[in-house]
Amino acid sequence: MIKQPDAKTPLLALGAITKSYPGCLANDHVDFAISRGEIHALLGENGAGKSTLVKIIYGILRADSGNIRWCGEPVTIDSPSTARRLGIAMVFQHFSLFESLTVVENIALGMDSPGNMESLKARIREVSTSYGLLLDPDRHVHSLSVGERQRIEIIRCLLQQPKLLIMDEPTSVLTPQEIEQLFATLRRLAAQGMSILYISHKLDEIRTLCHQATILRNGRVVADTDPTTHTARSLAAIMMGEELELPSRPPLTQSDSPPRLVVNDLSLRALDEFGVDLKNISFTVGRGEILGIAGVAGNGQIELTNALAGERRCQQADTIVIDQVACGHRGPEFRRELGLGSIPEERFGHGAIADLSLAENAYLTAHHRMGLTRYGLIRRRLRNAFSNRVIDQFRVKAGGHQSTASSLSGGNLQKFIVGREICQRHGVLVVCQPTWGVDAGAATAIQQALVEMAEAGAAVLVISQDLDELMLICNRIAAICAGRLSDVLPVATTSVEQIGLLMAGADMEMDRAEA
Amino acid sequence: MNFDLYLPTLLTIITAATPLVFAAMGELVTEKSGVLNLGVEGMMLTGAVTGFAAVVVTDSAILGCLAAMAAGMLTALIFAFLVLGLQASQVATGLALTLFGIGLSALLGQDMVGIAYAGLPKLQLPIVSDLPVLGPLLFHHDALVYLSFVLPAAVAWFLYRTRAGLILRAVGDSHDAAHAIGYPVIAIRYMATLFGGAMSGLAGAYLSLSYSTMWVENMSAGRGWIALALVVFATWRPWRVMFGAYLFGGITILQLYAQAFGIAVPSQFMTMLPYLATIVVLVVISRDESRIRQNAPACIGKPFHPSA
Repeated sequence: MIKQPDAKTPLLALGAITKSYPGCLANDHVDFAISRGEIHALLGENGAGKSTLVKIIYGILRADSGNIRWCGEPVTIDSPSTARRLGIAMVFQHFSLFESLTVVENIALGMDSPGNMESLKARIREVSTSYGLLLDPDRHVHSLSVGERQRIEIIRCLLQQPKLLIMDEPTSVLTPQEIEQLFATLRRLAAQGMSILYISHKLDEIRTLCHQATILRNGRVVADTDPTTHTARSLAAIMMGEELELPSRPPLTQSDSPPRLVVNDLSLRALDEFGVDLKNISFTVGRGEILGIAGVAGNGQIELTNALAGERRCQQADTIVIDQVACGHRGPEFRRELGLGSIPEERFGHGAIADLSLAENAYLTAHHRMGLTRYGLIRRRLRNAFSNRVIDQFRVKAGGHQSTASSLSGGNLQKFIVGREICQRHGVLVVCQPTWGVDAGAATAIQQALVEMAEAGAAVLVISQDLDELMLICNRIAAICAGRLSDVLPVATTSVEQIGLLMAGADMEMDRAEA
Repeated sequence: MNFDLYLPTLLTIITAATPLVFAAMGELVTEKSGVLNLGVEGMMLTGAVTGFAAVVVTDSAILGCLAAMAAGMLTALIFAFLVLGLQASQVATGLALTLFGIGLSALLGQDMVGIAYAGLPKLQLPIVSDLPVLGPLLFHHDALVYLSFVLPAAVAWFLYRTRAGLILRAVGDSHDAAHAIGYPVIAIRYMATLFGGAMSGLAGAYLSLSYSTMWVENMSAGRGWIALALVVFATWRPWRVMFGAYLFGGITILQLYAQAFGIAVPSQFMTMLPYLATIVVLVVISRDESRIRQNAPACIGKPFHPSA
């Protein structure tokens, strides 16, 4: 029986936790404690050992050595259900949801004694209204948005009334509004005495939300500190062990050369009811320029990227013009040969093939530009050298070019995909969410590489939800809302508030008012 | 209308559909857990020969059925050990299992060719067997046919009304998520695969003990493959599988009668008809993509490597 602890005993204390994988020490004597009602950040770059540590706490992995104390008592957590019995609940980064099942079925699966379905539905409705997390228990998961899916996980945890709630990078897929809502919920839970372990690499979030932060680097604790006393920059410095050099946007060169990417009145109907119709989108991107397109997720970004990359073709050839060649009706292969590189938002299925090696994934988009084929045969040595170059240059943490894409963490794979396109020195590059799920250091490196590409004469189009990123590296910026593109404005004379209004479709409201 | 004239036809339709119901229901449960076992044909044949041998030796129909189920489970266990324990390819292992079952059953059954068996006893049920029309049609059968009537209901109830069924569907939908929550993915898949083996074995027993009442080499004649196809085209819904099985059984029998009446259609076409019609009908009723997405086990055929 666990005795009633006094207020000073931490709820959970880890001592000298060590876990190694073949060829890598994921956690090296990690000490860590979290007290009641505390929102505690676990901060670190991709591959610093955050996820491993959390999996040990939740009983998915066993530590090689070290001890765990819960309310001061030594415990062994050998499975997730042991963790749940102690009062630990977890919201996963990649949601552990079952797409073909309903909300209530998903929640029942995560509980040890869910009771009957009808009473469970009633409890779900109760919790969801009392925390403002609206959710219909009878919906099928595959029809829900990412934010709604996360709500399922949170409600599943709350129903168990846990003492410790673990959240693994919860905001990486949420819109700004959804993040605000989530933070309000978390603050309320902490005020009621729940401890929250918050894993993230978004420094600003941690500074606004968390009371305490433990910073990991290469599997070791490098700092245990109050994040509000730091700036985002100083936290990043501790996290990476070096100062962060922020990139700056490329100088806008006035040149008479024609634009490298022209989009003329692009309209495309969505393929299914969940998609967004693109309506009369026109813009140009010139030599040496970075154009940013801001917008809340689900406003046509994916459709626009697909249309530009050639995954979906247009009726008219001159809808899309790359280096003065009209290619709206041609497919991705042809456009790549013209010098278009594209980095889609979805890593698997669009950006990379999970079960192929990194070298093979590199070959798939680079074979033409890098001359990796001769007489229909793959030039393996060149291919491997090219992928090794991407891995080195973008500091991708991987076993080598023979590792499969699925063996990389999300952030590392993103670095590889972005690096693969940048290393091909395309004339035109279309990037969707270049730094999504990537840590601060790698994000800076990717942004810097985009800037350097533009400086070398490429036309770069960055579609991103991260407004700070766009303001940092773009020359001109526009917002997409419900499949329509706003006017394109120069960044130097535009405020974040203006863009925010455009993202909400304010200019269209005005058009309508005038009409 | 003279019902007695049609009765024999309708009865043969039931006997043609019953083995498909068993095999397909078993495979449905297996696939719902995320395992694709292409060895249904092999498990059926092993079940058929073992069940027949047990009846010849013990003269007990019950022992015969149990032996057939045990034989089906044993073959399924070999499969499960290879694909779940050693993570071999499910497709290749399933195909090998079919070839293995065909060969093994032929070997075991060598001495039993030509032996005749009276057939499983017909069970008369109180009251319902005396009903006009329905009585002779539905309630003058052996125990296996009755079992095949309730099996879809039992499977549907298990999958959609019980917690164990929910967990099984969850494992088939995302084994990583199920593992993360803490469910024993491999153990659950073992059980689902063994159930599939038992049902295939029983389907075999029905063939050798009731449908033909003798052992003939390779007597399942592709029914295992039809059962596999039924599961997919019925989008993993138990009642649709039942419907598909009867559709197939029905057309199989009707085309035989049509051929006997000398209808001027090439016999090859008539023989093809059951396969063609069943697939066309099931594709048409389940072409709704969102329904497929809802019912298809997303992890089917994918090996599961638990990390750590």
